[in-house]
Amino acid sequence: MTFSADLSLAIPELILAVGALVLLVGGAFSPRSTFAVSAAAVVALLGAAVATATLPVGTAFAGGLISDAAATFAKVAIYVASAVAIPLGQPWFERRGVKNFEFPVLILLAALGMGMMASSGDLISLYVGVELQSLALYVLAAMHRDNAKASEAGLKYFVLGALSSGLLLYGASLIYGFAGSTTYADIAVAVQGGAETGVLFGLVFLMCGLAFKVSAAPFHMWTPDVYEGAPTPVVAFFAAAPKLAAMVLFARVLAEGFAGAIEQWSQVLVALGLISVAVGAFAGLVQKNLKRLWAYSSIANVGYALLGLASGTEAGIQAMLMFMVLYMVDVTGFFACLSALSRGGRSMETMDDMAGLWRERPWLSLAMTVFALSALGLPPFSGFWAKYYVFKAALDAGLWGPAVIGLVGSVVAAFYYLRLIKVMWFDASPGQTDKPPAEAGAIAIGLAVFAFPVVLIALTWLDPLATRAAQAFGL
Amino acid sequence: MTIGLAHYLAVAAILFTIGVFGIFVNRKNIIVILMSVELILLAVNINLVAFSAYLGDVTGQIFAMFVLTVAAAEAAVGLAILVTFFRNRGDIAVDDASMMKG
Repeated sequence: MTFSADLSLAIPELILAVGALVLLVGGAFSPRSTFAVSAAAVVALLGAAVATATLPVGTAFAGGLISDAAATFAKVAIYVASAVAIPLGQPWFERRGVKNFEFPVLILLAALGMGMMASSGDLISLYVGVELQSLALYVLAAMHRDNAKASEAGLKYFVLGALSSGLLLYGASLIYGFAGSTTYADIAVAVQGGAETGVLFGLVFLMCGLAFKVSAAPFHMWTPDVYEGAPTPVVAFFAAAPKLAAMVLFARVLAEGFAGAIEQWSQVLVALGLISVAVGAFAGLVQKNLKRLWAYSSIANVGYALLGLASGTEAGIQAMLMFMVLYMVDVTGFFACLSALSRGGRSMETMDDMAGLWRERPWLSLAMTVFALSALGLPPFSGFWAKYYVFKAALDAGLWGPAVIGLVGSVVAAFYYLRLIKVMWFDASPGQTDKPPAEAGAIAIGLAVFAFPVVLIALTWLDPLATRAAQAFGL
Repeated sequence: MTIGLAHYLAVAAILFTIGVFGIFVNRKNIIVILMSVELILLAVNINLVAFSAYLGDVTGQIFAMFVLTVAAAEAAVGLAILVTFFRNRGDIAVDDASMMKG
């Protein structure tokens, strides 16, 4: 393959990389033009999404970069979710006196890293993608520089993220040594018919590192602190797209590199998934802060996605992809609601702040109710369909026990979702709320409309796309 | 005694363990955590280079170059975040990073 043919498969990445560098220089020369930088960043992300959708199937750079249906599916979702984060975040920061142009640039860099994760075909491109994404996210978490909580969140995210990268890398080095190559295709040949101890050791380290990135329990300890401390629109961003990127990466490494060791990794994933569901459901019960509560909710939800993946079948991967995309809509929408709400200039973040919200903000309360019911998994909201796919795949693969435990976990978690709804609709309001900003409100309502009823139509075209994406992994 | 692959792997494993313990056991200073992270990454580099020499394959050394580069970027970002933390708190003790709990 010629170099130009290789580059043509990396067009979305090139758009984002060049876009980020140009905007960084442009922003440095005219630091006040934050609106222009934001708009250009959104255009670059949407351009990259369109470029991804029209990309042919193939591999480039000696197997380092893969372009297939799975990469396309994930990257379009990631780029669109990143594009939504910019109009949600930049005005939020500017209202709080942080008039920096770096926010959209960092989102671009994070999106570039996530795109590389989704289409990596080699342990080196895996590592570079993960790090590019993580380094941008650390800075985003600490972006609200004068806020003590935000800088603490950034610091904790950095320390634990660096540790998880270290674990991932140590695993990658062992896999390289014992399998003799860094590309997934060659690793798959080496582990055909069962992996030897050294490779398995590396695989466990790699999975621990990735479990940190998707915040699966028992590697979840950073999540509640980071979600609580980081700026709300930033949380809306990194609760959604990076999780999808890491899950797709998880699926790609396991399905393309370690198809021969499916029994071993399936057990590890079942354990990770069940612990996550249990921790998310039970630890969430005592939370007062909604951002913290939704952190535990996201831990539980990642647990369901891991259960889908643990099935080790094509249907399981398809279920995981559907779950993550539908979950992204829910979680982004919920945090968009939170970033739209404030009382006397102070963000409303606790359960008590939401008391009697429907009297003043009927539309936002309705949107939050939709997101809570969807996270709960009540039909016909999007969260129900997400869980339906996962449980169906798990049952088809014979994982009866884990599926039942997962269902019990979602019944326990129902308590805190229903409590939020009860507080919003039936408790007495403690006072006036500020007028919500137009952009955050519009994003929240739009996503709520997607969660129900648009999802019923969207499923009919998402389902075949996810099926084709899952087929690309070749399990 | 000839020094073989196993010796390098053992050194790397020891360094890696010291690095991980340095992050969890250390209760004093966040700079020490950054040093522990570097230790982990360098342990990985020893692994990669040792495997590369053993396998007679250059990929491991290229991987090590990437790791070195990323480690430098990581240290820069980490120190920048540490500076904002210090400005808000006036201290960088590990026990200070505990505004949020639960």
